[in-house]
Amino acid sequence: MLAVIGEKIGMTQMFDEAGALVPVTVVKVEDHVVIGSRNKEKNGYNALIVGTKHAKKNRVKKPVAKQFPEGIEPLKIIREFRDFERECRIGDKFGVEILKDISFVDVVGICKGKGFQGVIRRHGFKGGKSTHGSKTHREVGSTGQNTYPSRVFKNKKMPGHMGNNRVTTQNLRLVKIDPENKMLLIRGSIPGAIHNTIIVSTAKRKSRMK
Amino acid sequence: MKEQTDFNIGDTVKVHYKIIEGKTERVQVFEGLCIKRNGSGARKSFTVRKISNGVGVERIFPLYSPKIAKIEVVRFGRVRRSKLYYVRGKIGKEARIKERIPKKEKTAGGRKKK
Repeated sequence: MLAVIGEKIGMTQMFDEAGALVPVTVVKVEDHVVIGSRNKEKNGYNALIVGTKHAKKNRVKKPVAKQFPEGIEPLKIIREFRDFERECRIGDKFGVEILKDISFVDVVGICKGKGFQGVIRRHGFKGGKSTHGSKTHREVGSTGQNTYPSRVFKNKKMPGHMGNNRVTTQNLRLVKIDPENKMLLIRGSIPGAIHNTIIVSTAKRKSRMK
Repeated sequence: MKEQTDFNIGDTVKVHYKIIEGKTERVQVFEGLCIKRNGSGARKSFTVRKISNGVGVERIFPLYSPKIAKIEVVRFGRVRRSKLYYVRGKIGKEARIKERIPKKEKTAGGRKKK
C-alpha cells in the first residue's frame, strides 16, 4: 500500500483529453517526513510512521518535541501506514510523486456531522402517509414484538447522531498529480469538510484484482 | 487554462465548436446572442441564444472547453443588464439589441488605474 496525508481544499472541474468535463476534488499534500517504523518482530505488524506539516518551534511543548528523532523538526500530523510498499529510512522525505503510477485511490476522512437525525434521513426509512387521516409522518413505527421478547433488540435502527464518523470512499480515479503545487486531483467527491485532514491510499479492491 | 476571446453580454458571437463523429472531427458554428455569462474561475460558462427555424434555441458552453476552436464577435451590443432573459419573450424587431461602437484604444498610460 502507498498512502499520503492530505488536506481537502475543495471541488472544481477540469477537462479530460476527450474534452469532457470532469468534476474533481483538490487535495493538498505537503511534504512528508518518515519519523519511524514498526516491524513484525517487535510490534507484530509492519508499518511506517509518517508526519507532515511542520509545527512552529515555540508552539510545541518539550514532551511532544522530544518524541521526534534527532534532526527532525516537530510535525503537526502523524499517521501510521501499514505495509508501505516503499523502502524508507527515518528522515526520508516524499510528496505526491509517490502516487505517480496509480490510477485508483481510496480516500479516508471524517465526514461532516449532521447532528441528531430521524430514521428517515439516518436509515432511509419510508415514513408514513402525509395525508388521508394519517397521524404518523416521520415516526420510527414499531420497534419490536410484545410480551416475548419484551425488549427492543440491540442494533435496532433508531434516531440519533449522524455523521462525524470515519468514512472510506473506495475506487476513486486519480485524475492528475501536480508535484509543482503539491496537489492531487481526484474524480468526484470525498468525505469531509473543507480543510479536513484526509488519507489518500492506493485502492484496496482495484489493486487486489490485478 | 487557455485564453479566450473577450466578449460581453449582448454581443452577437460565433462559436466554433469541434464535433467528433467516430474518427472524423469537424467544426460546427453556432451564431447567436450572448445572453448570459455564468460562474467564476475554471467553471465559467456562457449562454448563446439564436432563432432557428422560428424556434428559439439556447446553448450553454463552458468557456474554457477545449472543444471550442474559437469565438468570434460579430457585433457588439449595448445592454444595461447582465442577464438578458427578457429577450426570450420577444420576437423580431422587439428582440433587437442596440449596437455598441467600441471606444478607440487609448494610448498606453492614458487610463489611470483605480
